[in-house]
Amino acid sequence: MSTDTIVRLPDQATARIPKVNFLSKENGLLSWLLTSDHKRIATLYLISITFFFAIGGTLAGLIRLELLTPQSDLMAADTYNKVFSMHGIIMVFLFLVPSVPATLGNFLIPIMIGAKDLALPKVNLLSWYLYMIAGVMVLYSMITGGVDTGWTFTVPLSTHYVNTNVITTGLAIFVAGFSSVFTGLNFIVTIHKMRAPGMTWFRLPLFVWSNYAASILMVLGTPVLAITLVLVVLERGFGIGVFDPSKGGDPILFQHLFWFYSHPAVYIMILPGMGVISEVVSTFARKRVFGYTAVAFSSVAIAVFAFFVWEHHMFIMGVSNYSTLVFSLLTMLVAVPSAIKIFNWSFTLYKGSITFETPMLYSFGFMGLFTIGGLTGVFLASTGTDIHLTETYFIVAHFHFVMVGGMLMAFLSGIHFWWPKWTGRMYPEKISQLAALITFIGFNFTFFPQFLLGTLGMPRRYAAYPAEFQVLNVFSTAGASILGIGYLLPILYLTWSLKYGEIAGDNPWQATGLEWQIQSPPLTENFTEIPVVDHDAYDYEWLEKKEKEVSSVG
Amino acid sequence: MDHISHVLWQFLVKWMTDFALFPPEASKIAPQMDALYFFMVLVSLVGLTIVVLLLVSFSIMYSKKRHPVAVQIEGSTLLEATWTIIPLGLFLIMFVWGSLIYFRIYTPPANAMNIYVVGKQWMWKAEHPGGQHEINSLHIPTGRAIQLTLISQDVFHSFSIPAFRVKREAIPGRYTNVWFEATTPGTYHLFCTQYCGTNHSAMVGDIVVLTPDDYKKWLAESTSGASLAQNGERLFASLSCNACHNGQANSRGPSLAGVYGSHLTLANGGTQLADEAYLRDAILNPSDHVTQGFAPIMPTYQGQISEDGVISLVEYIKSLNTNYRVEQTLNTSTLLPEGEGKATPAGQQSGGAKQGASAGKGTSGQGVVKQ
Repeated sequence: MSTDTIVRLPDQATARIPKVNFLSKENGLLSWLLTSDHKRIATLYLISITFFFAIGGTLAGLIRLELLTPQSDLMAADTYNKVFSMHGIIMVFLFLVPSVPATLGNFLIPIMIGAKDLALPKVNLLSWYLYMIAGVMVLYSMITGGVDTGWTFTVPLSTHYVNTNVITTGLAIFVAGFSSVFTGLNFIVTIHKMRAPGMTWFRLPLFVWSNYAASILMVLGTPVLAITLVLVVLERGFGIGVFDPSKGGDPILFQHLFWFYSHPAVYIMILPGMGVISEVVSTFARKRVFGYTAVAFSSVAIAVFAFFVWEHHMFIMGVSNYSTLVFSLLTMLVAVPSAIKIFNWSFTLYKGSITFETPMLYSFGFMGLFTIGGLTGVFLASTGTDIHLTETYFIVAHFHFVMVGGMLMAFLSGIHFWWPKWTGRMYPEKISQLAALITFIGFNFTFFPQFLLGTLGMPRRYAAYPAEFQVLNVFSTAGASILGIGYLLPILYLTWSLKYGEIAGDNPWQATGLEWQIQSPPLTENFTEIPVVDHDAYDYEWLEKKEKEVSSVG
Repeated sequence: MDHISHVLWQFLVKWMTDFALFPPEASKIAPQMDALYFFMVLVSLVGLTIVVLLLVSFSIMYSKKRHPVAVQIEGSTLLEATWTIIPLGLFLIMFVWGSLIYFRIYTPPANAMNIYVVGKQWMWKAEHPGGQHEINSLHIPTGRAIQLTLISQDVFHSFSIPAFRVKREAIPGRYTNVWFEATTPGTYHLFCTQYCGTNHSAMVGDIVVLTPDDYKKWLAESTSGASLAQNGERLFASLSCNACHNGQANSRGPSLAGVYGSHLTLANGGTQLADEAYLRDAILNPSDHVTQGFAPIMPTYQGQISEDGVISLVEYIKSLNTNYRVEQTLNTSTLLPEGEGKATPAGQQSGGAKQGASAGKGTSGQGVVKQ
């Protein structure tokens, strides 16, 4: 459980950070702002995403503080509505959707497949600029009055009944959508066209598979969101009437269009996270992922099913009873590949040789929390129980378990796992393990009571609530303050480690991926010569053989 | 110290008494839904236990200290098939079970007592057929099937009664239905659960479940004078609907007597069941619903009648059916007979009310009121 569990090769103990690497190659602000290096762009994303996460997290803290008491006494109902709307918008569109793909995916996918960069490096930079433009627009709309539609922009509330910055924010999300589409396109083209010789589809690391599946969702789903938001803006600005029943439109149409993107969006968030877990579990168990093919195909299955379940957000909205049958069934089916993944990861541990460094602890946290998040999703997929539980805190708890408990744990796992590769330095192991533990405890403390609140019927998005719900809300707020510490710690010690962290060496985890066979931090062009891949992913026997050769030569 | 612990104790006692972990079951469907809920909780706990046990036991058995060299295993089709098929089977059980409950909740029985609910920013307005109005509260008797017909006047709202385990969105532009049968007298929460703007969290109310006797008293105390259908009749006249829909052979509009619940043949050749939603839409968008044999000359009433007004008109048109008005009058505005709340007039004519009503075409209803 401490640093000495990491077995270092002798030359790595005295290693220095290579003088020439992607971070040091050029200096100055412009060299960053005009870069087309996927690793630098990933770094830009990491910094900006952390910034927006901090804002979204602060808003979450305000929400929990307000809910400490039954009355809306910390802020007026109107302010509260703006706070939770901005929290949702920032977290979903500016943090969760881009988090793993834009940072870790951007950094790793070209290296993992043996390429020097993404297929479209300048488009990659454009993606980041679009993301930043969207972020600035969201901040602008937040400062100049905010939005109180919720992150879902539900019509006709958003088009006719609120007097806030719907148009600015809607267009911001529209722009962010382009960023997402470009990233997805870039990944798809890169994975198809830029694999090194010998890197066949079934030798791809599972992280690449899951990002590939998520990219398909981004490219096919996001335009529908863009269309929906344009319609909202047109309806609000010019009253075109597509969603207005008095002009022959239908507000239910908005629900169909919005959820056609926004349900798959959940998988855009979670699939890349699942990829991280596959890499981490395999590395720290020192074993090939159990049933590699099943895990790879379950990513694709999730991506395909994701497009056929949107109506489960609308079971109580006056859709045909028979259509709910179909969508309930399809939603049940999407739970199956998720179950496959959980069991395959568990069995990857079987007969492994397991160590418990921080990334592994976060991955364990992911598996526990994602299992709860997934199983409670079944409560909502079943139409009968959905009627009672939907629109309550049960939903809030469920999707936070999946997206925060799952996705964010995976993100932190991945950040710690690849931190040595990215920066050339180790994070401090002990305090990181503590942070992982605090996050796990704080998370459960925060969100588990919300399942009970939802079962009791407490509606979501309430600034004030009946007094009998207070006890559970106090628990939840107490947990949120622990969770806050759990998130603050990594930001602090990872920043600290940039200067004071131990030198990591090329392959501190003795992992098999191509990214670990090059220097840390990598060169701008990743590989001095394009590697030829002659082994499967997670082939630890190959790695041992290679290390023996190296040491015998040395 | 003593003082502090006393305060703490008070606090704890207050909390524990207020503290609920499970909502009351106050409708017929609630125990059925809870049975499925607890089945799912059980399956989830078993599933979670299996995952946690696997993770923990493998972590202990195959930690690096105990098991220094990993054994490479490709996978196991049998194992993988097992954890694909067993969850799938369990999920299918939950799917079928859940669907049965869903269809039950959203398929009101034919004899249900209908109450209209209009959602608006930020209040719930309930309209009983007898003309009683309530804001943010709903009085209902136990032991009777109650159907709610919901609509919103502005944005999406959602009518949620956790104690009954039912919830239904109120949507602008269309009627939605839900039904329930309350079992236990008491006052329960009514929430708006679909975010609807500034005062969303203030759009709450009480569901007051009364025994049939108490309900009788409540109705008598809150009689508004005119039933919805009577209001609709006045509105029908004041909008001059009767200039065309007068039932004469040569009139410009079809007769509306008996139209509710019938299958209409439209000018475009299709057939259409004339339910509440159809009647509403035909008033607001008449050109979409021209009946065969009539010219598309009816003007739209969009924007001229409030949702409440449309409800009254719809109730009036429904009342033009043979015995509908009598049944509705018996249901709510007059006194419920003793015994199970069946629609039988008090005392003398047990079982004869329905026959009498259908024969008497609305007149016997008046008689019962007087009685």
